[in-house]
Amino acid sequence: MSSNGKNEKYVGRPVKRTEDPRLIQGLGHYVDDIRLAGELYVAFLRSPYAHARINSINTDAARNASGVVAIFTGSDIEGRVGNVPTAAALEGLKVPKYPVLALGKVFFVGQPVAAVVATSRYAARDAVDHIEVDFEPLDVVVDAEAAAQGGPVIHHDFGDNIAYVHRAGIGDVDAAFASADKIVAQKMHHQRLAPISLEPRGVLASFLPGEQQLTLWTSTQIPHLLRTQVAIMIGLPENKVRVIAPEVGGGFGSKLNVYAEEALLSFISMQLHKPVKWIETRRENMSATIHGRAQSGVAELALKNDGTILGLRYTVTADLGAYHQLLTPAIPTLTGLMLSGCYKIPAISMVCTGVFTNKMATDAYRGAGRPEATYVVERLMDIAAQELGIDPVELRRKNFPTPDEFPFATATGLFYDSGNYQAALDRALAMVDYDKLREIQKSDTAAGRLVGIGVSTYVEICALGPSAAMPAGGWESATVRIEPTGKVTVMTGASPHGQGQETSFAQITADMLGVDLNDVYVIHGDTGIVQYGIGTFGSRATAVGGTAVVYATEKLISKATKIAAHLLTTDEENVTFENGVFSGAPDDKQVTIQQVALAAHLASNLPPDTEPGLSATYFFEPKNFTFPFGAHICIVEVDRDTGDIRIKRYVAVDDCGKVINPLLVEGQVHGGIAQGLGQALFEEVVYDENGQLITGTLMDYAVPKAHQLPRYELDRTETPTDVNPLGVKGVGEAGTIGSTPAIVNAVIDALRPFGVKHIDMPLRPEKIWRVISNQ
Amino acid sequence: MKISLEINGKKHEADVEPRLLLVHFLRDVANLTGTHIGCETSLCGACTVLLDDAAIKSCTVLAVQADGCRVTTIEGLASAGELHPVQKGFWEHHGLQCGYCTPGMIMAACGLLRENLSPSEAEIREGLEGNLCRCTGYQNIVDAVESAAREMAGAVK
Ligand code: FES
Ligand code: FES
Repeated sequence: MSSNGKNEKYVGRPVKRTEDPRLIQGLGHYVDDIRLAGELYVAFLRSPYAHARINSINTDAARNASGVVAIFTGSDIEGRVGNVPTAAALEGLKVPKYPVLALGKVFFVGQPVAAVVATSRYAARDAVDHIEVDFEPLDVVVDAEAAAQGGPVIHHDFGDNIAYVHRAGIGDVDAAFASADKIVAQKMHHQRLAPISLEPRGVLASFLPGEQQLTLWTSTQIPHLLRTQVAIMIGLPENKVRVIAPEVGGGFGSKLNVYAEEALLSFISMQLHKPVKWIETRRENMSATIHGRAQSGVAELALKNDGTILGLRYTVTADLGAYHQLLTPAIPTLTGLMLSGCYKIPAISMVCTGVFTNKMATDAYRGAGRPEATYVVERLMDIAAQELGIDPVELRRKNFPTPDEFPFATATGLFYDSGNYQAALDRALAMVDYDKLREIQKSDTAAGRLVGIGVSTYVEICALGPSAAMPAGGWESATVRIEPTGKVTVMTGASPHGQGQETSFAQITADMLGVDLNDVYVIHGDTGIVQYGIGTFGSRATAVGGTAVVYATEKLISKATKIAAHLLTTDEENVTFENGVFSGAPDDKQVTIQQVALAAHLASNLPPDTEPGLSATYFFEPKNFTFPFGAHICIVEVDRDTGDIRIKRYVAVDDCGKVINPLLVEGQVHGGIAQGLGQALFEEVVYDENGQLITGTLMDYAVPKAHQLPRYELDRTETPTDVNPLGVKGVGEAGTIGSTPAIVNAVIDALRPFGVKHIDMPLRPEKIWRVISNQ
Repeated sequence: MKISLEINGKKHEADVEPRLLLVHFLRDVANLTGTHIGCETSLCGACTVLLDDAAIKSCTVLAVQADGCRVTTIEGLASAGELHPVQKGFWEHHGLQCGYCTPGMIMAACGLLRENLSPSEAEIREGLEGNLCRCTGYQNIVDAVESAAREMAGAVK
C-alpha cells in the first residue's frame, strides 16, 4: 500500500485490474446496455452488390409495416449530412465522395442504402425486407493488382483506379543492388483481415431539441476526434455534441474511425427528436467495418556474400477498397517507415500504389502497416540466410545496430530512440536452447519428421506520435484533481477499451501523490467530462497519455506544495513531499495532501494570489515516437499426411521499456500473438470474383479458438527510453508484429526438405499438404 | 405466448413473440444486460448462460423453449457479495481485457466445471472451443479456469 506514511509503490507491480469487478459480474455498460426511455431502433438495408447503379428505391410497403416510424434513403438526406471523412493527407491523393447513405450507385457489398427506424429491433429488421431496390449490376473490380493496370474504373471522375502512388525511403537503392553479391526477391501477399472485436459497433444518439444538444454513445477508440467530425457532418456546433465511449468491447483499430452510421444516427435523432439506436450485426461487422492489411508486393534484398545488407526494395500494391475511411491511404505509409526492421540497411525504397476496389475500405488493424513491414523484412532475412548458407540467427545478428549506435537513423527517415536487439535475441535463444534445438531438428529430419524453427526479430513504431507526423494531433491530455474529501480524479484523453489504463494510470497517480490506489478514479471516454484528447491507438495510451498524467500530477503537486508551505508557515523551498505528506515546518508539523486539498477548496487560508481548488491539466506533446522491439521464436511440427501445423513452443521476448503493470503487458503480448498467429494460420477475408463477401460470418472467417493456440512463454528485456519520463515504449501491437513472421518462418523451415522458399498466408493445411504431396 | 421462467432465482413471466430469442428475453425483457451478443448465430459464445445447469448459447434458444426452466446468467453467479470461484479466477489471472466475451466465457467455464471438476489444460481449451475471445489469446482464461477448478475441488473435499 502506498497511502500516507507508507512507501511501497504500485508502479511495476502486477496490480489486479480495478475495471474487472464490474466486468466479471456482467455489470459493465456497453452501448447496447444503455437504455433510454422511448428509444427507437435502426436497421439498414445494405447493398447486396459490389458495384451497381440504383435505379429506384421503393419504400412504400416498408413505411406501412408494423412499428415503422421513418425511413431514410440517400436522396432524403443529400446535402444534409456531410460525407464520411478521411484524415490522410498524401500528395496527389484522390478522394471519392463517400455519402453516409448510397447515392445513385453502390460500391461495395454492405454499403448502407436505406435506414429503417422502428419501435423495436425486430420490427426494424422485418421492414428492411419490404424495401424494394432496383439495382443494375455494374462491372466489378476485385483484384487490386489487376485494377492498377486498367480495366473498369470504379470512380469515373478519376479516370483510373489508382488513388495514389507513395514513394518512401532514402539512399541509392539502384547502386546498392548493382553492387550486390546476392539479390533475393520474393512476391508476398498480406491477406485481408477482419479485426473482429467481440463487441460489434453500436451507436445510440439522443438529441434534445430544447437544449439543441446531442449525446452520442458509440463504441469508439476516439471520442473527441469523432465529436469534431460528427459535429461538422451534421452541422451542430461542436460544443453541443457530447460523445461517450462507454465500455468498449475491443477495437484493434476498427473503432479508430468515423463511420457513416455514427453521423446518420445523430442526424436521425435530430429529425425525430427521439433517441435512436443501432447495434451492428456480425454480418454487418464483417462487411461494413474496416478491414486490415491487404497488401501484395515484391520485396528484394541486396546483400554481400558475407551477409551484410546493402539495400531493400519493396514494390507494393495496397488494396484500399471502394472509399477512404479515416486513415485508409495512410496505413501503407507506415509500412514504408518500418522497412528497415532491426537492421542497418543503407538504402531503402518503397513504391506503393494504392488502388480502389469494390470492397470495404481497409484501415488500421492492430499493427496497421507495421506487421506488413516486419513480415516482409523477416521473410527476406530467412530467404537470404537460406540462399547464402548462413544461419538465420547469425544473419540477423550481423546486421543489427549495436546498442551504442542509438539513436539510430534509418534509411526510412526515422530515429530509433533506444535498443538492444542482441540482448532480446540472446534471451530468446537461451530460452529455447537454440543450438541444441538445431541439433535435435537434424535428427528429427533424419527420422522423417518435419520440425521447423522460426525466428523473428522486430522493431515497431509506437507512442504515436509527434503531432508533426500525425494527421490530427499526436499529443495527449490529462487532468488530475483532488476533491475536497481527498479523493483523486484523473481524466485522460486516451480512451482505453480493454488495455487496463483505469488501473495503470491510477498506479502512476497513487504513487506520485502517495495515496491509496482505491482513492484514485480514472475517467475516460466522455467528451462532456474529459478535456479534449486524441484517443487510444498505435500503442500510445500509456507512453503519451500516461506521460500527460505524470506531468499533470507534477503540476498539481507543485501547487499543493505552495499551499502546504503556507499552512506549515515556512518557505516553499523547505517543504518536502513524500508518501502523501508535506513536511519541513520549523516545528516538525506536517500536512497531508488530503488536508491541502481541503484547504484549497475552503480557500479561507491560502497564500496570496493563489487560485482556489486543486486541479491541474497537462497536454503532452511527445518529441519522438518510441521503438519497442523483441525476438520471437516459434517451433512447429508439420504433419506429413494432413499438412496440419502443430505449434510445439512459442517464445517471445519483448522490450517495451519500463513496465507500469506486468500483468497488463503480458496480456497485451498474449492477445497480440494470438492475432498474429491467426493471420499466419487461419484468417482471411475472401471476396469472390463478383465482389461477394464469402467470409461474411464467424463460420467462414476463422478467428482462432482456445484449442488452436499454444501456451506462450514470455520474457522481457528492459531498455529505457528518454522520450518520456515513464521510460515506457508501448506494447499493444508487439505480439501481432513479431508472431506472424516467426511462425511462417518456422513452417517454411519445417518444409525445407521440399525445397520450399515461400508460401503465402494463411498457411492452411491444404496448402501445406499440396507442397508436401507435390500436388 | 405466455411464458414463465426462473432467472437467477427470480420468477419472470411475460407474453412474448414465439420467435423471440432467449438472449433478447434476458436482455430486453428481464433487463439483464450482462449476457452479451457477439454474433446471434451460435458462433461466438458471448451469450452463454446456464439453462437448467447446462451451458447453452442463449441466441440459439427461443424464449418459449425456456418456458418453465431455470436460467443462471452472469448476474446470478456471485452470491451474497462473494464472487464465484470462476469470477475470482478471471480477476486474479487477468483473464479479461475488454470484458465483452467474459460473461459468456465464465458461464461456459461454469458449465465445463460442472461436468469435470479437474479438467486438464487441453480439456479446458477444448471445452471452451465454442467461445471466442479476441483480446486475451486464451492463456490467462485457461489459467483462470484451472485455478477456479482447484478452489472448487478444495471446497468439495
Ligand atoms: S451471440 Fe450467441 S453465440 Fe454469439
Ligand atoms: S476480453 Fe475482449 S473478447 Fe475476450
